[in-house]
Amino acid sequence: MNLTTPLGDEVLDLVAGDTVTLSGTIYTARDEAHLRMMEEGIPFDPAGAAVYHCGPVVQDGRLVVAGPTTSARMNALTGFLLDAGVRALIGKGGMGPEVVEHLRGRGVYLALTGGCAALAAARMTLKGVYFEDLGMAEAVWVIEADHLPLTVGIDAHGGDLFRAVHEKAKTQFHQRFNNR
Amino acid sequence: MMVNPADQTLLSALADATEKALAKAEIRLPPDVLAALRRAAAAERDAIARRELGNILENIALAEERQVPICQDTGVPVVYLTLPPDVPFSPALVDGVREGVRRATASVPLRPNVVDPLTRENTHDNTGVGMPAVHVMPGERLTVTVLPKGAGSENASRIGMLLPSQAGEIPKFVAETMLLAGGKPCPPVILGVGIGGTFDTAAALAKEALLLPVDTMDDYEQKLCDAVNALGIGPMGLGGDTTALAVKVKRAGCHTASLPVAVNVQCWACRRATVEVER
Repeated sequence: MNLTTPLGDEVLDLVAGDTVTLSGTIYTARDEAHLRMMEEGIPFDPAGAAVYHCGPVVQDGRLVVAGPTTSARMNALTGFLLDAGVRALIGKGGMGPEVVEHLRGRGVYLALTGGCAALAAARMTLKGVYFEDLGMAEAVWVIEADHLPLTVGIDAHGGDLFRAVHEKAKTQFHQRFNNR
Repeated sequence: MMVNPADQTLLSALADATEKALAKAEIRLPPDVLAALRRAAAAERDAIARRELGNILENIALAEERQVPICQDTGVPVVYLTLPPDVPFSPALVDGVREGVRRATASVPLRPNVVDPLTRENTHDNTGVGMPAVHVMPGERLTVTVLPKGAGSENASRIGMLLPSQAGEIPKFVAETMLLAGGKPCPPVILGVGIGGTFDTAAALAKEALLLPVDTMDDYEQKLCDAVNALGIGPMGLGGDTTALAVKVKRAGCHTASLPVAVNVQCWACRRATVEVER
């Protein structure tokens, strides 16, 4: 499925494990940007928005590379964005149970291949910035995305591919190491 | 303070070599790592995992084509120097490395990642107190080796002070490290394992193990690697056969009453490069 921002109820039909592409405006945010937004408000229209966990390398107003960062660092900082209408979180590594619950009936978590910063930048154009004083990695960059290749990691019905994989890994681990 | 001309020449040569090594490491993966990724992509049975590995290979090609870093987390520089007998260790060597890091930050460019550990204030040039870490070893030639280390994988690293009776538990400790890490360190990973020495030596050995080529593993390393891959965590924690590309082990003698084991987790972007210093 090809998704375009602003996102609506179409994201509710997605199932963990689906592959999608995403086009349109997205906003980067890491730890510091989340904290600032909680204090000062969200500087963009959050309705149907996609928030990208990313600290890009920017040079002369252009995105050099822009891959995803570890989303779990934002576990405790994400609820207010979903409450405000954000429909998609993009990042790597998955998120905690509190976010899975918060996404129910609201939106999805989309996994972008970690480390694929050149690939991501090749499909992105830099449009603007908020909170630039937070520094290159932590500012909120406004980006136009063109068919980002993504996997639905967490869907809007509690489906969590990361958790399913982890449960299997845990079973494997205990069978191999704890049954002797 | 006056710097003597010989020191100034050495400093400048070290800076050039460090800048070159960082540019090389950030943009192009070593051939052994690339080959391991290609082998994994060809052998992978899971559809999502194959797509993830395909994205990684496409990303590597794009970074080279566009001459940009492979990953936006350009890491913090970990630096190893080899000094031939006629080059004594001097502050000029470390100053040269620091200058090279500053230059590479602007020229490659690198993301300014280095901050004060408590105030979190960014230095904007990837240097700081004790950063970059510069490790010195004797060698035949004067070389600079860089291992830029991203935080996602570094944060998943662990050290355990096992009991001397627990040598058999090492595979469990290594596999458990990946079980706890899941998709966070950007698997498929390479694990550097340091066994023995003291608390600090084990960690240093684990990092040095990441400098070893990944195209061969001995039986012990293969056993550890198989235990990790059996978990099925897969690329990015989305499931699949490929969780670790390789496990590399370095050992040191240790106290009869201890068994330190360190696991340094490295993401698939195992960036390393060596440049000989021109002098």
